[in-house]
Amino acid sequence: MNTMNPSIAAKANMQDQGAEIPVPADRPEDTIIEEGRTVGKPFVDDPKFKLRNVSVSYGSDRAIKDISLDIGRNEVISFIGPSGCGKSTFLRCLNRMNDSIDICRVEGQLLLDDEDVYHSKRDVVELRARVGMVFQKPNPFPKSIYDNVAYGPRIHGLANRKSDLDEIVENSLRKAGLWEEAKDRLDSVATGMSGGQQQRLCIARAIAVSPEVILMDEPCSALDPIATAKVEELISEMSESYTIVIVTHSMQQAARVSRRTAYFHLGHLVEVNETDKVFTSPEHQLTESYITGRFG
Amino acid sequence: MQTANLLPLVLVLAVVAYGLAYMRSRAVAAPLGGIRNLKALPVYYASRAALWCAIPALIVLAVWAGFEGKVIQGIVIATLPQDTWPESPGQASLILSQISNVAAGNLNPEFVPEHIAGAASVLEAMESQSENFKAALVLLVAVAGAGFAWTRVAPHINARLNVETTLRRIFFVCAALAVLTTAGIVFSVILETVRFFNRVPISEFLFSTSWSPQTALRADQVGSDGAFGVIPLFTGTLLISAIALLVAVPVGLLSAIYLSEYASKRVRSTAKPVMEMLAGIPTVVYGFFAALTVAPFIRDVAEMVGLQASSQSALAAGLVMGIMIVPFVSSLSDDVINAVPQTMRDGSLALGATQSETMKKVIFPAALPGIIGGILLAASRAIGETMIVVMAAGLAANLTANPLESVTTVTVQIATLLVGDQEFDSAKTLSAFALGMLLFLVTLLLNVIALKIVRKYREQYE
Repeated sequence: MNTMNPSIAAKANMQDQGAEIPVPADRPEDTIIEEGRTVGKPFVDDPKFKLRNVSVSYGSDRAIKDISLDIGRNEVISFIGPSGCGKSTFLRCLNRMNDSIDICRVEGQLLLDDEDVYHSKRDVVELRARVGMVFQKPNPFPKSIYDNVAYGPRIHGLANRKSDLDEIVENSLRKAGLWEEAKDRLDSVATGMSGGQQQRLCIARAIAVSPEVILMDEPCSALDPIATAKVEELISEMSESYTIVIVTHSMQQAARVSRRTAYFHLGHLVEVNETDKVFTSPEHQLTESYITGRFG
Repeated sequence: MQTANLLPLVLVLAVVAYGLAYMRSRAVAAPLGGIRNLKALPVYYASRAALWCAIPALIVLAVWAGFEGKVIQGIVIATLPQDTWPESPGQASLILSQISNVAAGNLNPEFVPEHIAGAASVLEAMESQSENFKAALVLLVAVAGAGFAWTRVAPHINARLNVETTLRRIFFVCAALAVLTTAGIVFSVILETVRFFNRVPISEFLFSTSWSPQTALRADQVGSDGAFGVIPLFTGTLLISAIALLVAVPVGLLSAIYLSEYASKRVRSTAKPVMEMLAGIPTVVYGFFAALTVAPFIRDVAEMVGLQASSQSALAAGLVMGIMIVPFVSSLSDDVINAVPQTMRDGSLALGATQSETMKKVIFPAALPGIIGGILLAASRAIGETMIVVMAAGLAANLTANPLESVTTVTVQIATLLVGDQEFDSAKTLSAFALGMLLFLVTLLLNVIALKIVRKYREQYE
């Protein structure tokens, strides 16, 4: 997976600059994006999420323009692209976190295990229990470490006895690699932990309700390199049992953790492919410009 | 010159000093190549000049005004013939008021003894002299201060530090004033309370169950011994406040939750100001609403279900008071609920919690300290409220827990004790201070308890 060509990797360090979209001089015709057309391999067999012709608009603003994509079972897929390209918006459609925004309208077909996510009779609570989410900024509740992890199991009634709950909490913390650090201070307030620990706690909290899919919205952007390494290691371990969708600004991170990578541009899904293919021989000119750091 | 004229004059001088020092500092800076060669911006030199001009002058003015009267009085008394010198402070103040009345022209000098008339003319002369000296001195100090500041406009002197230090001291004095005023009020109330307890034993005040503060004005009056048991008053206060909070806390809190979490922007932007308008209605309006509409309605309803209800009832006062304090609870709670970061809501919703679960388990605990604060504010309004109770609950100090009967509260009794002509050393009047003291202690205790609770249960989200 880590077969990035060195010059690309070096240039990739220059990402996150948020530049304008230039017109590359050599192959201008390739920068034209055809709506609804995605190069690479957007579709897989037996997908977990089957997304067809998805458009999202805020009022009259179209943030996502006719995207079709499959997300495989137990696959780690990363969404990359310049700031404001719609990758977070798209991610938040998957567990309907956009519902709380009044003016947000989602069109198209979003199927989770062949069931419509946006069906009018869909139980959002059940959906979100199956599709968990980890946010950019660690957001533990101002409760004890134990109560943070136990929050989800409690509201979903996953444990009948205290011992069951203890077990869920311990398992979740173990899976999040936090048990050794936290087992002696389960009753202390979670907001007193370091940023990296808080983020792993948020992951443990998401795992505790045994979701099938975990959405991660730039989970490491507020963390230092060591904490980032821990979270990435955790993602790799979790990929055995969960489907993980991760939005990231770090191309190295995408390269390290994901099997497939999707490149978003101005609300379009430009290219989806195996991660090493995207980073070594991108098919689309825009993808190449982005990963070589010509704009970010 | 009068103090009233002197004060604006000093301020005008300060403004002038400000302008002059400002221009002076620019002038000093110009040959050096601009104001960046000064240690501080021209504004600071100018502010310092204004402060130097105004503050010493105002201090002189305050000191002069504070001691002027005493000094002149002493001198005037000293001019009286030896044999007419006052023997007691009471007599002295009598003579002085006579003298000043003559001096002010309220009393014809021919009607008073000659030495008084003489002293009056001395007083008059001294007062006008004092005015002149005062004006001269204050203006001199102001000009001298400004002049000193003028000489201190120099590139190497850092006026910024002086100005900042001075401002810090001014702020400190303002804060100290507030604290000292509070301390002064408490102190004077304590003194009067002690005087009251010299007449009425503290055990009777605290534990007796009857309140009837009519004391005999003459020794031969009958039937007004005065009973100063505070229990019925506090029972009434607690009863009415409890009813008010029972109305205000659920209504206020739930409406705050609705407005902050569920209501659309349009509903919120109209409903919130309308609710806050409730707080702007004068309490006397609530009072007659309670007395003329609510109380009779409650009596009628009570009679329909076969209960005995007084036409003035604790229930009527409490209900209306509850409506009155709804905005305190709802507005403050709404603000603190909104202050809980959106990431908390997202975190909870993303775990599959419903909106109400999120509210109950995450947002409410995080907002609790602020909500308790709002409820406390509302409670102190309820305890301190007088007008509604006077009009709707009556003056009878009944010891009862029945909200359909008429009761009275501590504040209402304080008000009625001090209305009209009073002897200022009778137990009846002094009892108002004791009531005030007790009320103060109770609210203080409430605040301390609430603070403790908040500290213990707060969930800090940042």
